[in-house]
Amino acid sequence: MRRLWPLVFVALALLPSCGGRRESGLERVRRTGVLRWGGDLQGGEPYVFDDPDQPGRLIGFEVELADAIAEEMGVRAEFTQNDWSSLVPSLERGSFDVALNGLEVTPARADTVLFTRPYFIFSAQLAVRREDGERFRSLDDLSGHRVGTLANSFSWELLNQSGVEVVTYEGVEEPYSDLESGRLDGVLLDDIIAARYGLNRPALMLADDVEDGFYAVACRRGDEDLQGAIDDAIAALAASGRLREILARWEIDSEREARLTTWTDEDTHAMVLVHSRASFTGHHVLLFLQGALNTVFISALAMLLAIGLGLVLALGRLYGPRPVSAFATAYVELFRGTPVLLQLYVLYYGLMPTIRRLLELDVGVDYDAFLAAIVGLGLNYAAYEAEIYRAGIQAIPPGQMEAATVLGMSKGLALRRVIVPQAFRIALPGVTNDFIALLKDSSLVSVITVVELTKRMTITAVEVRSWLVPGLLCAALYMAMSYPLSLLARRLEASLSREGEK
Amino acid sequence: MTDLQKTTATAAETPVIQVEGLVKKYGDRTVLKGIGFALNAGEIVALVGPSGGGKSTALRCMTGLESFHDGKVRVLDQHLAPGDGSRNAEPLRKIRLSTGMVFQQWHLFPHRSAIENVFEAPVHVKKQPLEEARARAKELLAKVGLSHRENAMPRMMSGGEQQRCAIARALAMDPKVLFMDEPTSALDPQRVGDLAELLEHLRESEKLTLVMVTHEMKFAERLASRVLVLYEGHVIENGHPRDILANPTDPRTRTFLGLEG
Repeated sequence: MRRLWPLVFVALALLPSCGGRRESGLERVRRTGVLRWGGDLQGGEPYVFDDPDQPGRLIGFEVELADAIAEEMGVRAEFTQNDWSSLVPSLERGSFDVALNGLEVTPARADTVLFTRPYFIFSAQLAVRREDGERFRSLDDLSGHRVGTLANSFSWELLNQSGVEVVTYEGVEEPYSDLESGRLDGVLLDDIIAARYGLNRPALMLADDVEDGFYAVACRRGDEDLQGAIDDAIAALAASGRLREILARWEIDSEREARLTTWTDEDTHAMVLVHSRASFTGHHVLLFLQGALNTVFISALAMLLAIGLGLVLALGRLYGPRPVSAFATAYVELFRGTPVLLQLYVLYYGLMPTIRRLLELDVGVDYDAFLAAIVGLGLNYAAYEAEIYRAGIQAIPPGQMEAATVLGMSKGLALRRVIVPQAFRIALPGVTNDFIALLKDSSLVSVITVVELTKRMTITAVEVRSWLVPGLLCAALYMAMSYPLSLLARRLEASLSREGEK
Repeated sequence: MTDLQKTTATAAETPVIQVEGLVKKYGDRTVLKGIGFALNAGEIVALVGPSGGGKSTALRCMTGLESFHDGKVRVLDQHLAPGDGSRNAEPLRKIRLSTGMVFQQWHLFPHRSAIENVFEAPVHVKKQPLEEARARAKELLAKVGLSHRENAMPRMMSGGEQQRCAIARALAMDPKVLFMDEPTSALDPQRVGDLAELLEHLRESEKLTLVMVTHEMKFAERLASRVLVLYEGHVIENGHPRDILANPTDPRTRTFLGLEG
């Protein structure tokens, strides 16, 4: 241990900013000679992605742009992989110097980071089914209809100001497949996404270019000098025509991009001007309660399904003929052994549209997501309930079954009157435990567009630029749901055991 | 005693239970090696013998709780065949409706009170109206001396009380034959006399045939009209307890009864 001390002193001496003035963003980039930029490879073509011909090499218009900006600044660009949805928090934490990955300028983001001038102007494009082309020509025509988009995106903000019912997705492929299958009547997303995932489908068409939006480089607050340097670099690239060359090479250049060349600082000011800052209001509380209601509704019905199906599976496994017991065993292993997220995906995006197509069924399409959430969670939890009941049933002494048998009871009657009621008492704590776990697991259904409590919290947190109040309220609501459940279960357990002391 | 002999004599022509060449194996071990006997209505029969002699297995084969490998079992007018086959299902169902069983550990339903244990099967198997079944259950609990414990849960009852409750539960189905496995094993010595009295009384009032497994020769001697001694899978004695005690036909009986050494 003593031999390590000199090393510690050397390390401390090497820490440059210790005690001194904090190094600015630009100084850091200049000193290290590296501009670290954050993005997500999953966004795919044409942003930043792995070269299919040369694995390990990154390509995309943002790769070329980052290299060009770094070159203008006299440094080298270095990519840092980061999940797209947490790019801004990671930037604030200092995981990289700038975020450069299709970040749309929205009031919420403009309020938390410093945006440079834009490097791409996109159009929020409304896609509809070809057969509805006459009916739906603009967002106004879709008033009251379901329109999909990504949560907290530029398009999402536009939709929230319109009269449509907003359906939020976490991926870009899913809203278009839901539009095709009739679960949505429109999708509003950036033109780059629309061209690649939506408008290339023969059944879909472009209804309207709703509004222009901007991709810009995001810097940390406090890094004004870095923001200025990147601004200058982009201005130089725009003036020399190199910026549009890059866009043209990736086939995303259009007349719309002409503005990039004549862009002024006043334009940037107008772009990032935040008119009103959303704050946490009673309206949000109402939305939270609605989210909590969805959580309770989905969890309760899913648990009901899980309890019923779990009992059937447990009895089938223990007492059923061989094929039944093999099926029950396989069911438990399958549903317990694969992620519930995957099961929800397969059910909602795979099975349900297929079933609807085969049966030519289109009633109640609007409730698909809720139905899939309940059925998906219910089928998954049934596997766990089955195991809890099986353990409970196996804990009953074999003499109980024999006693019932010699009294003339059939196996079914003995199970119903003698075995299951006793097993239930043993299983009760486990079932309660699972119900509480399910309450929280139900937040997973946001991937299939259901806005429950957790999703409401993340949406609101971005909107009001703070995680504190929404986070605490969300936690309080979850507690308000799960704690009474614990109390109820405890009381039930107590009354069942008191019954034994009469 | 004279009454008993009379009953035995009149029913002798049609045995209530007839067992022939009964073979039962557990894996490689043959527990019953082709035993046979016939039991008459109104008898109190005791199966005795050392542990592992096969007496409990024989009882379980007669109640259908165990299948067997060879031989014939007839209980009342129902015939059981070797094996697990479904052709035993219907005879078994009928046997169970006309026989009762009291287990060594009684196996009362722990989630039901004493009286609920008693009327459970009449209500749910025989579909008797609840009130009728409850009245009969009260009557039976009174008969076994448990009127004051009607609403007690099994785990709050003593061993003797649980046993009497289990007897009442079996009697509620109006059996013609009552099987009992080791009825004295969990009782204090002073309660054994009470039990013998109760069983003697029930045999009269309920017109029962009683078949019990016991390792206590004294209890068998006091109560039984017939004793079967099972030893290593064979019936080595079959007769009146007094005769067996006085004059055992097989030398191994003497060893078992402790008449020697």
